[in-house]
Amino acid sequence: MFGKLTLEAIPYHEPIIMGAVGAMILGGLALFAALTYFGKWKWLWTEWLTSVDHKKIGVMYIIVAMLMLLRGFADAIMMRMHMAAASAGTEGFLPPHHYDQIFTAHGVIMIFFMAMPFMVGLMNIVVPLQIGARDVAYPFLNSLSFWLFVVGVALMNISLGVGEFAQTGWLAYPPLSGKQFSPGVGVDYWIWSLQISGIGTLLTGVNFFATILKMRAPGMKMMQMPVFTWTALCTNVLIIISFPILTATVALLTMDRYLGTHFFTNEMGGNQMMYVNLIWAWGHPEVYILILPAFGIFSEVVATFCKKRLFGYTSLVWATAAITILSFIVWLHHFFTMGAGANVNAFFGIATMIISIPTGVKIFNWLFTMYRGRIQFSVPILWTLGFLVTFSIGGMTGVLLAVPGADFVLHNSLFLIAHFHNVIIGGVVFGYLAGFNYWFPKAFGFTLNERLGRYSFWFWITGFFFAFVPLYILGFMGMTRRVSNQIDPQYHLLLAIAAGGAVLILIGIICQLLQLAVSIRDREKNRDLTGDPWGGRTLEWSTSSPPPFYNFAKLPEVKDRDAFWAAKEDGSAFQQPAHYAPIHMPKNTSAGIIISAFSLVMGFALVWHIWWLAIVGLVGMIATYIKHTFNDDVDYYVPVEVVERTENEHFAAIAKAGVNHGR
Amino acid sequence: MAAEILHHPAAQAAHAEHHTEHHHDAGGNAIFGFWIYLMNDCILFATLFATYAVLAGNIADGPSAKEIFELPYVLVETFLLLFSSVTYGFAMLAFYKQQKQALLGWLAITFVFGLGFIGMEINEFAHLIGEGFGPDRSAFLSAFFTLVGTHGLHVLSGLIWMAVLMIQLVKNGLTAKNGTRLMCLSLFWHFLDLIWICVFTVVYLMGVLP
Repeated sequence: MFGKLTLEAIPYHEPIIMGAVGAMILGGLALFAALTYFGKWKWLWTEWLTSVDHKKIGVMYIIVAMLMLLRGFADAIMMRMHMAAASAGTEGFLPPHHYDQIFTAHGVIMIFFMAMPFMVGLMNIVVPLQIGARDVAYPFLNSLSFWLFVVGVALMNISLGVGEFAQTGWLAYPPLSGKQFSPGVGVDYWIWSLQISGIGTLLTGVNFFATILKMRAPGMKMMQMPVFTWTALCTNVLIIISFPILTATVALLTMDRYLGTHFFTNEMGGNQMMYVNLIWAWGHPEVYILILPAFGIFSEVVATFCKKRLFGYTSLVWATAAITILSFIVWLHHFFTMGAGANVNAFFGIATMIISIPTGVKIFNWLFTMYRGRIQFSVPILWTLGFLVTFSIGGMTGVLLAVPGADFVLHNSLFLIAHFHNVIIGGVVFGYLAGFNYWFPKAFGFTLNERLGRYSFWFWITGFFFAFVPLYILGFMGMTRRVSNQIDPQYHLLLAIAAGGAVLILIGIICQLLQLAVSIRDREKNRDLTGDPWGGRTLEWSTSSPPPFYNFAKLPEVKDRDAFWAAKEDGSAFQQPAHYAPIHMPKNTSAGIIISAFSLVMGFALVWHIWWLAIVGLVGMIATYIKHTFNDDVDYYVPVEVVERTENEHFAAIAKAGVNHGR
Repeated sequence: MAAEILHHPAAQAAHAEHHTEHHHDAGGNAIFGFWIYLMNDCILFATLFATYAVLAGNIADGPSAKEIFELPYVLVETFLLLFSSVTYGFAMLAFYKQQKQALLGWLAITFVFGLGFIGMEINEFAHLIGEGFGPDRSAFLSAFFTLVGTHGLHVLSGLIWMAVLMIQLVKNGLTAKNGTRLMCLSLFWHFLDLIWICVFTVVYLMGVLP
């Protein structure tokens, strides 16, 4: 009846896990109680959970991403503390079985459930506004994508309290992740949380690709798109091309585990190196999926806060396109030690080094934009400056690792760990936090507290260097990744410094949370009445903050790059049109959340081999989708009076605040 | 071909329905997005083909392709699917002529052909498994069952979609929305045909020919 699921699945004997689960349950209960007490369930359901508004979906993505940042960081700091202790001659406080789950969960959470949703969230909020559109191409699919992603998060977190998570590392290489060596449900949780959220990501890729190509404001040519939109376009191309490979690869591993096939097993002709090739054929583009939008954010931030046109727009766009293509021919550098031979390794080594050229082009684009610019040292620009320094170092260690000879010495060592954290934290995280500070007023209508934002930045960046420079050194000393006990005592000092760095980052994160809390408290003081708090250049700043649900009462006409800046120059910005037309908008739908709820049932049932329940889940998903296609009542027209009323309020607010003509 | 499809009467009909200014072309966008999704699916199949190519020789002392494939049987299967593509084409022509009964008739014939294809495939699989040559016998057979089975699952979802669409056509008639759906399913169906031709060539022909 319940497959492999018994009460034994709950890890009573692990106090750390039970504490975490207890806290999560208490938090959930408190939220539930609060929603019930204030009678907010209906509001939550109609305004948020069933919403197809890209801005609300974006906000929900980022909320989940931030919660997952906290969980992923909790894993990180536990590992740092444990290693500092375990290198001092003690056993540390994490048993190996738990430690292995923690480093796997840390990687999976940070990439799939923190970085990806943060990126997709920013893209959701910003891209339609930047291209002057009223929504994405397929609003229902957007809602479905979000909820499928939430199901991935839910499955991953359920594994904490019911059963276990994978102990295989974030990419679950077979044969370790095969049935023989991982007989438990950990890898199955990994499989289904990735597979279900991966389908959501795939749909997002198609959705935004079509949105950017098909729904730009009248007159906006490709080479007039804001750079963030360009990078989002390239990222979606990468998603469309690479995520099917992940889906297929994970499906093959699933077959090996569930049906006894021999794709990646040790016997009967299986080939485990094929898994490693396939997963990195997705995995390398994936890192560019994460970093390209960050590059786009830095481009917007630099141009805005230097009050200049971006230097070398065309070269930046082409550099982005070049990276998009090159990212598909470097995957083998993740396993030079496979033994593919000198020529193959040389090809992939050189291809990897070539990527640093378009990346270097971008660095100079930003530097030359700042050169002789009037730089305003606001929080987003701080993150950008921090990125330029940190990411350049990470890029250089990457080029070093691209030399196959050096890689043979350094692969799987802490040098590698330091390298990819250097580019992912220094590039991706700094970028998204810059974007968070930059676009927060657009999404919520008030600016974030500058002082706490600055504290957060300085703690993050110092903490980063304290946490990861020691790892570079430890890598050279020969320390390998993923060790949890019997650590050589001579590593202790550096591991202790790294643990101290993690504490500094923790303070940075706390400052971030305080920044959010203080800013919400002071929101009336920091209202953004004009919709253009920074003197922005692109269309998202031409509408109110937060934008009305239809984004633009009248679709903007675009004649130039930096369309809003041009409009401010020629005086056509902030002019209320004489009359409005009814606006066509999609209706909210609960189909996305219901389909996803069934997919959660299916995923959980498959993990525990509860076959009847899995069938219920699958049939439920299909039936709900078919029912949704029979619903023809999917759109409506916003009456002119509503548009007029909303716009009059906005222009009254502008008149009160005075127009910001780019200072 | 994409451009041709986007300018097809169905897409235009979808466009004409929404006349208000500043509204995006929902039907055309749906077809475009579906086209992108198909490219997505194409890469999924490419991955499975690559896997098959790597593992095809790893028979682990089990049967090889030559020993288990029966070309005449597969040829019949192939023609069922190819004919179903032709009949779907006739269904689309009936749609453009706005002939509802003919459209439903052609769809029904397409459905029967598709069902025949799936039936034959299930029969082939059952036969192989019965002889002890299931997907767990060797890496070659794992890759074979997965590649061909994934295509089969796609055809099966196409059939479910077709059945639902026929109900929608009966219920709502030849609306622009149904036209968009017909066009998307058409793309899907011909795409599966194309994939099958690759399967037939790479798996069956190259497996059997010396």
